[in-house]
Amino acid sequence: MNILDPQGPIGAAEKTILIDSVGIMLAIVVPTIIAIFAFAFWFRQSNPRATYMPAWAESGRIELVVWSIPTLTVILLGGVAWIGAHELDPGKPVEGTGQAITIQVVSLDWKWLFIYPDQRVATLNTLTVPVGAPLNFQLTSASVMNVFFIPQFGSMIYTMNGMTTRLSLRADEVGTYQGLSAHFSGDGFPDMMFDVHVVPQNEFSDWATKTAHGDNALNADVYQELVKQSVPKDRSVYRLDDPELFLGIATRRIAPGPGPEQTAKIGASDAR
Amino acid sequence: MLGKLTWAAIPFDQPIPLLAGAVVLVAILAVLVWVVVKGHLPYLWHEWITSVDHKRIGVMYVLLASVMLLRGFSDALMMRAQQAVAFHSPGFLPPEHYNQIFSAHGTIMIFFVAMPFVIGLMNLVVPLQLGVRDVAFPTLNSVGFWLTATGALLVNVSLVVGEFARTGWLPYPPLSEMTYSPGVGVDYYLWSLEISGVGTLVAGVNLVTTVLKIRTKGMNYLRMPMFCWTTLASNLLIIAAFPILTATLAMLILDRYLGFHFFTNEAGGNMMMFMNLIWAWGHPEVYILVLPAFGIFSEVVSTFSGKPLFGYRSMVLATMAICILSFMVWLHHFFTMGAGADVNAIFGIASMIIAVPTGVKIYNWLFTMYGGRIRFDTPMLWSIGFMVTFILGGLTGVLLAVPPADFLLHNSLFLIAHFHNVIIGGVLFGAFAGYTYWFPKAFGFKLHEGLGKAAFWFWLVGFYVAFFPLYAVGFLGMTRRMQHYDVPEWRPWLMAASVGAVLILIGIIFQIAQLVVSIRDREELRDHTGDPWDGRSLEWATSSPPPVFNFAVLPDVSGEDAYWAQKVRAKQEASAEEPHYEAIEMPRNSPTGFVCAFFATITGFALIWHIWWMVIAGLIGAFATFVVFAWRDHDEYEIPAEEVARIDQANISERRDMISAAGSV
Repeated sequence: MNILDPQGPIGAAEKTILIDSVGIMLAIVVPTIIAIFAFAFWFRQSNPRATYMPAWAESGRIELVVWSIPTLTVILLGGVAWIGAHELDPGKPVEGTGQAITIQVVSLDWKWLFIYPDQRVATLNTLTVPVGAPLNFQLTSASVMNVFFIPQFGSMIYTMNGMTTRLSLRADEVGTYQGLSAHFSGDGFPDMMFDVHVVPQNEFSDWATKTAHGDNALNADVYQELVKQSVPKDRSVYRLDDPELFLGIATRRIAPGPGPEQTAKIGASDAR
Repeated sequence: MLGKLTWAAIPFDQPIPLLAGAVVLVAILAVLVWVVVKGHLPYLWHEWITSVDHKRIGVMYVLLASVMLLRGFSDALMMRAQQAVAFHSPGFLPPEHYNQIFSAHGTIMIFFVAMPFVIGLMNLVVPLQLGVRDVAFPTLNSVGFWLTATGALLVNVSLVVGEFARTGWLPYPPLSEMTYSPGVGVDYYLWSLEISGVGTLVAGVNLVTTVLKIRTKGMNYLRMPMFCWTTLASNLLIIAAFPILTATLAMLILDRYLGFHFFTNEAGGNMMMFMNLIWAWGHPEVYILVLPAFGIFSEVVSTFSGKPLFGYRSMVLATMAICILSFMVWLHHFFTMGAGADVNAIFGIASMIIAVPTGVKIYNWLFTMYGGRIRFDTPMLWSIGFMVTFILGGLTGVLLAVPPADFLLHNSLFLIAHFHNVIIGGVLFGAFAGYTYWFPKAFGFKLHEGLGKAAFWFWLVGFYVAFFPLYAVGFLGMTRRMQHYDVPEWRPWLMAASVGAVLILIGIIFQIAQLVVSIRDREELRDHTGDPWDGRSLEWATSSPPPVFNFAVLPDVSGEDAYWAQKVRAKQEASAEEPHYEAIEMPRNSPTGFVCAFFATITGFALIWHIWWMVIAGLIGAFATFVVFAWRDHDEYEIPAEEVARIDQANISERRDMISAAGSV
């Protein structure tokens, strides 16, 4: 899950910006820290060779320099931030080979539902994507806020009920990675980890076709179970019956998650 | 009759909070019994609880902060212990308990440690530095303190009666809405902060008025010590920002209590509005805390270098620039919400711009040391530790202000490491520097140097060992608030961090020992001159501890570093005129603050548990207190000139000797 070992162009570009920014700042931070130690050491009271200047407290030239150094650094970094924020805006489409895949992400209490509307497939806590293809995520939440994050792919983004956020990523290396929720969402939050399988493109098509014809269907009844607070043990795959499911959740046509069962909660005595 | 309150609210099945609560309760009872049996109660009541003396109130603020630091730090220890063991295992804290702990830790450390610590130091020192006898609104000052204490009390009551919030230190909806948090935890959070928020606001009003309106003769704005400037800036921010917090939390209260839909999923509520509002308060809050710390470092570095502060006017400009800029950057707390490239870039750059005046401050402290004769007493050690640590925290902060970097690091343990780096390395080190520096002023004797230095080194090393591993584990994708985890790469770093927490614990033990030993050896550590550090500003021009009226004769100021100038003059002229004493009027003590807070506690508790008759009773009591205070006849008493002379003459010769012996070259 090391963000310094990115597996796609977004993560790689962000890593570059991160390291460049640290480099730019270290160029002034390191000399400043050295100067602090040097001044503190040399001008110690017990050093007879140091000159004591009890009234020296102003110097226009030094002040010009001390306002300029951070200003120039910030101008440089500001440029990095401006360009980076535009180049790497999470919703900006990513180039890639092969057909772009749309994946609709729903955060539930406390699991991730991934819907592939074009493939008519859905998965729970496991994400399978083709290598090298642009991945267009649309994200929402069925209850509280979460953040969708696959550290080695780059950019994270919030999921919020009644809203759709967008994120484009690409994975360049076949392999298995991990994703997680990066925003606290309640008791089951630490279990919101999911596997990400990056597979060759033909393998992905085969997997999608096979799953779309599987027995395990995601329909209204199954969804009503998923939306309840729970931590699933298995990573399920479903045949998607309703391709409009995501739209229903994002527009609140389907009611948000009910929250905790009204039992044995301290202070919630009305239900006791 | 008792609303939602039943016996089920006491967590009999959870040994940790119950035991902790019992220990605290026994300790409080023991102290109370001791106070009553020894007959200290009248003294405490007349001299402290009802006191409207800014110095006493300042000391009580710092005491509250210190006690709450112990509570907040216990939470921190439990969190570090949990994350050290919770690899492939549920650890020893179940989620519902762990989630309360990190929520309480953040809430307590910000609102009931950092805030009262800096407000306490400002209260203690600013009137002395301005050369005046009191703050603008002495009784209001007392009310502010006691309302803060009410908030702290309610947070601690939640340990044994009910539960605390499990939603983080900022309760983001919809998780904090009734649907997802039906318990009383969020209500404890909300009412604690509503009540203490009023206390903070009145403290802010009081201090701003004091700095703007009550200064001694000749104390122009540009002759004020830097700590007064940062106090002004910080309290202006309090006045501007705290109403936003109060209003935002009030909206969440309306959602939870009366079925409103400000931030709910349903009926057009918008949780993003909460995030915007809470950070419109939350970012200025960071500067409310750190600006006074900057002021403390300015005083300490200048005093212990034996030089005036370098670039005083630059410092003033930088302080006020930070004051304004801090309101323009709140969106950087949620770059990853999908605001769009232009918005993210503009707020990213605005955030970086704050680094300019902050950087200038660092350089000015650096050049204050240049050409100095530096003494490495404990306050100076904290200051140098701060300068180095804070630069690193600033670096990671500016890094997080670059949106693409934040897309990788938002909410990670890198972020946790960053803000602990600036809040511990900035605010807390500043508070400790100020505590050591002004302790002799407040109590008349210095703190033990050796133990203070030991505490400093354990804190400093402990900080680096506890938080630099968190930077690393943030790079490994670890996010905050994980009750357990299965990623093996994270574990060694979390183990290392828990070692750091233990080192900080040793630092805290040294601090407690330092206080105990210093009280025991107070006669040896006694400060007879009122000026133990060869100080530069007016708080050192009076005795330690200062008399209730601070200055027998109000000082006349003719430049920066007023007391230093006085010492230089005294040395040149070698004669001091006999002061001319006059009678002094001082405000009478008043139980208004304490009584008001008593009713506020009752009201808050009743609101949390929906005990409506008690809410009405509490509100009536609070209003009656206000009416009684408003109808008072005598609010001042006079200290006759002879009494002033007697108090002032007590150690005047020692102070005179000090003035003529020490001073500049």
